[in-house]
Parts: sequence; C-alpha cells; structure tokens
Amino acid sequence: MFSLIVNGERHKVDAQPDTPLLWVLRDQLGMNAVRYGCGQGLCGACSVLVDGEPARACQMPVSEINGRRIVTLSGLNDSVSAQLRAAWIELDVPQCGYCQSGQLVSANALLRRNPKPSDGDIDTAMSGNLCRCGTYQRIRAAIHLAARRLRGGS
Amino acid sequence: MKRHASPSGMDGMNRRTFLIATAGTGLVLAVGDAHAEAEGEAAAWQANAFVAIGPDGRVTVTVKHLEMGQGVATGLPVLVAEELEVDPAQVAVEFAPADAGRYNNLFWGPSQGTGGSTATANSWEQLRLAGAAAREMLVAAAARILQADVGSLTAINGGVIHQPSGRRLAYGDLVAAAAKLTPPAAPKLKSPAEFRLIGRNGVKRTDSRVKSDGTAQFGGDVRLPGMVTALVARPPVWGARIESHDRRAALAVPGVVAVIPVSSGIAVAANTFWAASQGREALKARWTEPAERVSTEALRAAWTALLDKPGSTAAARGDADLALGQGTQRLAATYELPYLAHAPMEPLNCVVRLSPGKCEIWAGCQFQTHDQALAAKAAGLKPAQVEIHTMLAGGSFGRRANPTSDYIVEGVEVAKAVNAPVRLMWTREDDIAGGYYRPMALHGFEASLDERGLPLAWRHRIVCQSILDGGPFAAMVKNGIDPVSVEGAANLPYAIPHLAVDLHSPKVPVPVLWWRSVGSSHTAFATECFLDELAQAGSQDPLELRRALLADRPRHLGVLELAAAKGGWGNPLPPGRGRGLAVHESFHSFVAQVVEVTVGPKGEIKVDRVVCAVDCGMAVTPDVVRAQMEGGIAFALSAALFGEVTLKDGRAEQSNFHDYRCLRIDEMPVVEVHIVPSAAAPTGVGEPGVPPLAPALANAIFAATGKRIRKLPIGDRVTV
Repeated sequence: MFSLIVNGERHKVDAQPDTPLLWVLRDQLGMNAVRYGCGQGLCGACSVLVDGEPARACQMPVSEINGRRIVTLSGLNDSVSAQLRAAWIELDVPQCGYCQSGQLVSANALLRRNPKPSDGDIDTAMSGNLCRCGTYQRIRAAIHLAARRLRGGS
Repeated sequence: MKRHASPSGMDGMNRRTFLIATAGTGLVLAVGDAHAEAEGEAAAWQANAFVAIGPDGRVTVTVKHLEMGQGVATGLPVLVAEELEVDPAQVAVEFAPADAGRYNNLFWGPSQGTGGSTATANSWEQLRLAGAAAREMLVAAAARILQADVGSLTAINGGVIHQPSGRRLAYGDLVAAAAKLTPPAAPKLKSPAEFRLIGRNGVKRTDSRVKSDGTAQFGGDVRLPGMVTALVARPPVWGARIESHDRRAALAVPGVVAVIPVSSGIAVAANTFWAASQGREALKARWTEPAERVSTEALRAAWTALLDKPGSTAAARGDADLALGQGTQRLAATYELPYLAHAPMEPLNCVVRLSPGKCEIWAGCQFQTHDQALAAKAAGLKPAQVEIHTMLAGGSFGRRANPTSDYIVEGVEVAKAVNAPVRLMWTREDDIAGGYYRPMALHGFEASLDERGLPLAWRHRIVCQSILDGGPFAAMVKNGIDPVSVEGAANLPYAIPHLAVDLHSPKVPVPVLWWRSVGSSHTAFATECFLDELAQAGSQDPLELRRALLADRPRHLGVLELAAAKGGWGNPLPPGRGRGLAVHESFHSFVAQVVEVTVGPKGEIKVDRVVCAVDCGMAVTPDVVRAQMEGGIAFALSAALFGEVTLKDGRAEQSNFHDYRCLRIDEMPVVEVHIVPSAAAPTGVGEPGVPPLAPALANAIFAATGKRIRKLPIGDRVTV
C-alpha cells in the first residue's frame, strides 16, 4: 500500500512498487488528464507536479513518491493556471489536444518560477513536451500572453 | 431518471446534466446514446441526420468525421450554423455513430471515413443544405403559428422574427410544429456574399476548452466495469511466426488475467496497463523468422539498380528520350526518402465490449465502415451489430485508417476470449516498430535544358512500394500504376515540352500506408528540388523559372507570388543564411512556402522562418486553415530533419522518441500563413501544408551553402 496526495486528496493505492506513477494515476485513480505518450520520459504527455516541480509520471515508481504531493492539470487552480488556460483557449492552441495537459503543466511550472520568460526560457522549459500537431508557435504565444496578463497587462 | 452507461468516466452524472454543465462550450463529451434523453423530458427535434434542436433551443450538430486535431469539430458545425442562423459558440457537437447510410464520405461512395483532406470538401453542400432545410422548416412552422406569410419572416440568431410586428419566436418554441412538417426538397442556400460565418475570422474552435482543462476524452480514457487492459506481443520481423512463449510466467505476474493467442501475436490481458506490460515481458515470446529479412541497405541497392530500368508509364508527353539528347545541357540526380512512422501522440488504442448480438467499440476511428466490417468479422456478427463510438483522436496522420483495422481487430479478438470489456493498447515501441509506414522512395531524374536555360525534357523514374496494392483500394491500381505513388509527379504542373514519368513498385514485406500528404510527401521533395537544380544549371532564379513554367497555372502562380512577396524573395541575406521556395498542389489545394535557414560554421541548421501561402478555395474557418498550415509545416520539418525508420535484419531499428526524433519547440521556426482569397468551393487543408516544406528547406540550404540535399532526413547539420 502506498499513500499519495493527489490534487490535495489523500489516496491509498495497492500497487507493485515499480508501477510508474502514470499508471497509478490513470488506471487506479482514473485521472485522465495525465496521458501516456512514450513511457520513457521522452514526450512529456504525462507531466505532473511533484512537490511543486515538474516531473514525468511515467518515470517515477510509485514507491518513490510515497507521501509526496502530486498535482495534475485538473488539480491546478491558481491564477497562473487560470491565465494559461484562458490564453490557450483564446489563441486556440490545441489541435488533437493529447499533449496539451502536459504542456500546460510545464508552462505552469515555468511561469511560477519565471513571470517574464523570454523565447529562450520558453524553449528550455518546454522542450521536453512533444507536440506532433506542431502547436509550438501558439504555445509560445499563449505563454507570453498569460505572463503579460499575470503581470497586469492586457 | 434514466442512467446512461458512463464509459466517459463521468460516473454518477447523466448526459443531460453534463450538457447543461458545459452549455455553450461546444464539444459534447458524453459518449454512448447520442440522442437519448432522460425520461420525462421533451425530445429534441431531429431535423435531419446532422441537426437536432431541443425545445430549449439547443442546437446539436452531428459530425460524421473523426476529429484528430484538424478542426472538423469546428469547421463542419460552422457550415450548419451559417445556414441555420445560429451562433456557432452555442452549438453542441456530437460525433456520428458508424452508419454509412447516413454518414458516408460523399467522395468515397458508401463508406464512412476521414482522409485525403476531404472532410470539409465533401460536407460543403451537405451540411449547408442540412442547416438550410432545418431553417426553412422552422420558418414555415413560425408562419403557421403566426398565420403570417413566409416572406414576412426572417430567421436570425436562433429565432424567427415577424418583420411587420417585430414579434420573435425562438427556435425552441418552434420545434414541435416544425417536426410535423415535410422537409423541403431543395432548400435555398445563401450566396457567398451573404455569409456571416464562413470565411470570417473570429470563429473559435469548439474543442479548445476540453483540450485545455484535461477533460477531453480519448479512446484510452474510456473505462467500463470489469474492463481489462491488453497488450499484444507481435513478431519483431514481418512474417515471423510464434515459436514459443512462457504463458505460465506471464500469468504469474500479479494482475495478469489471461494470455490469448490472437491473429497478430500473443495478447496479455491484465487489470492495469502496467501489469499487462510486465506480463508481456514475462512471456519471453520467441519467433520463427522468415528466411528473407529486409534491410534498408539492401533495398537501396536493389532499387538503385531499378532506376536504370524502365518502369510502368505514369505520364508521357512529347518524346523525352529524344529530347534528353537534344538540349544544350543534360542533368541527372537521384533523391532518396526513408520509411516514416506516423507517431501520433496518442498511441493506438480502443475499448471493446461484446454482449450477445452486439459489439461496441470506443476508439478514434478513421475508417468507421471498414472498421465496422472487420470488427464484425472478428466478432462473428453482422456489421450493423457493431456500434462504434468515435472518440477524439490524439493525432493520426493517416495511421488509424488502415486496411486491416489492426488495433480494432486485436481488441475484438481479446474481448471474445476474456469475456470482459477490453482496452487494447499499443505502446510507443509497438507504434514506431509496428509498420504501416510512409514508404521509402527513390526518385531518379534526367533532364535537358534548351539554349535559353529552360527545361526541354524531364524524365522522372520512381521506385516506391505500393500503398494501395493488396488493400481495399487495390482496384485503383491500373496498368502497374498505383496513383498515390506518382501523385504530384505524374501531374507535374510545369510546362516542359517533353515529359516521361514511370514507376517501379517493388514488393516488400513491410506494411506501408498513407502518411499525411501521402505520395506528395515524397514526390514534392524530389520534383521541387530537381527543378531548383535545373534553375541553377540554366542560370535562372528559382522563382523566375517557376513563373515561366507555370504561366497557365493561375492557382500555382497565385500562391507562389504571394509566398514570394511576403517572404521577401530576392531581398539579400547575410552570409550563412539562405532562402528556398517550393510550390505544390495536393488534395486540390495549392501551397507555396518560402523557408529561411541559417547554417552555422559547423553546418548546424536552424530553420528561422517559413512563409506559407495557401489557396484552398474558400477558407471556411481561416484560423483552422492557419493552424493546419502551421501544423503541417512542423510535421514536415520533423520528417525533413529527423524522421527515419531504417530496417535491419527484417526489423525496425527505431523504437521510441529517442531514436525516432520529432521536432521540439526550440526547433520550431516562425511560421506565417497567408490565405489566398477565393470564391471556389473549399478543398483540403489537413495535408497540403506538408509537401512544400522539405524541398523549400533543401533549396534554402543550397542557397546558404551551395550544397544540394538529395536524401532525407537531413539531420542536425550539413557537411560544408
């Protein structure tokens, strides 16, 4: 039995110790916003925050996260996530949408750390998140837009 | 209250509640009984196959195509909303059930499916007529209620207004009366001048919200009571047979519930994905491999030899053989493109539930009618007994539309054996190494130039495995020509007096498939690069030469001129930078791109900017068109720089995103899209953004370095 705090709620899960957090979240806790794309930490579709830091849920055995705080896109409810979501919708960023939860989690971590990121900062923070539809240009624009609004701009 | 099955994961929430909770957000997430209503509620009026209006005035549009990112869940409802006179932001969107009778692709005969960039084009009249028919019935209903002349009534913004009195009846108040009327035989459509939505900016995607808050539902998100997850161990070499596997070891993995032989290999079913994947490892499947094991190297050698032999004629005019010897200059070049995987972000998956006389499937189906037939065969049912719930697809790029319905059939086979609902999943490794690739292709050219430096003769020989041969579209292969192997080459738009295009279609035991832009994904690279070589040899500017040879091709010229003007063609660039262009027609749309590249001192390639001009007829939702061009460019750039599946000993050498590299955000150029205004009927946009990118990039690298790129992928750097 492992104890996880996911989106502020404590869960007890029965899983093999080597089970990646991704599959505990998806298959045992029904959290669909965390997506499977590669299983090797290469695509970022499963990005979550672990104790506030972005992490790849497919690379974290459940045994190593016992008791740590996990936040998925669905659990993000700060002003940063609200502005990012609004910017994503305003600029119609998503195409197929499959990677976008992971993109938004990474963008959230970026803007909380760096309220005024340059293009280079965005590249560094977001280059672990693949998008096969090629929405990168809009992702970049949406991060800048959200950052501007969070700083009080329009 | 009637409770609906909750495969959507929304336990305890019925569909009605959910619709209200998301009113105005567009895409309806509920899956299951699309048109069922809770007991005690007045039913919606199903005006026709595509339009339903509730007594509350709520409009639901049924989308018959798969939404895989290309925007059909936005553009198709706009066609209805335009004629129905409703706000598209207030329209709910549902995906059609598999039903070729009502929801066939009008370009494909009696078959429902999405592909060939046809969704908007084949729906263009159909959905406007559906909206107009419903509108005329609502107006006629209002005329009866108000005892007014139809001519005195105007439909606008979800209601009918009686002009003389100013009285307004909302659509919801009219549905009961409209339902009793006979649909009009020939509803009157607006003229383009009357459009207030089609072609206008400002229409928002219906699915951005659910794709930005994590609630979008893909096939793998469906959960059914008692469902197991299955993975299949497939042969690593095409044509291999199972020799042995350790069933007991797999069953000993906690959570594994069954080990089942299926037609593609050995399936392991378990309570969770992780248990299934551990069980599949534990199987230690061994395979008897065929004697002939294909390799990229051997194919290259054999196909290079074929370039010296005539193939089947795909196009001929004048006398190319003769004219090749008559010019003032003669040139030859060979181009090579690799096998490519589609690698959509969402690996293939489906959920299947069998019950007596019924098979239900939840998946991002792209070929519903075909999937339905093959699922029925696997289940021992009739096609009509197979119910498909088309889910959002996390990309496809062609992969989900395949002749064997591979992942669907696997799901049904496992479901039959385990007596429980099954979620069948492919891992990324299964996807990259699993075949159904864009075929490898070799293109051999010879050309001659006349004394003005203009091409006199053009001989183009293609060696490319056939996609259509042996599949459901095999009848399209005629006289040795698979039309998709030569599209973009046999119909070369340039006015070259002597032309010959021929084709070899060698058989290879590797399944191949349409990959975003199909034949044009390789023919555009070869033809547009070789034309640049001719321009250089004839001392012509690449734009000027194209202008000269496209004088009677106004739509090619239109995008070419627009891209060149917006891309600053001819403006000087500092050393180390270069600009290249390409133009190509595919799926009846015309796209030109100007690429700007910087090549560093060690040959490092950085793609700075891509300016794209597109003529797709009328752009129904311009921002979706822009998004498809941006996406097509990124997809094509990914392939041009990095995309490659190589074969050795009969197996793919790549397995995941570390060795099947895809474009990342730091490699994304600035993309500008310009749409040519047009009153022509809309054509495709999902694919046509792809073909010009690779040749425009290769031509830009030549401009920067003087080095010709004749083989893809290019990689991170060129040798300079």
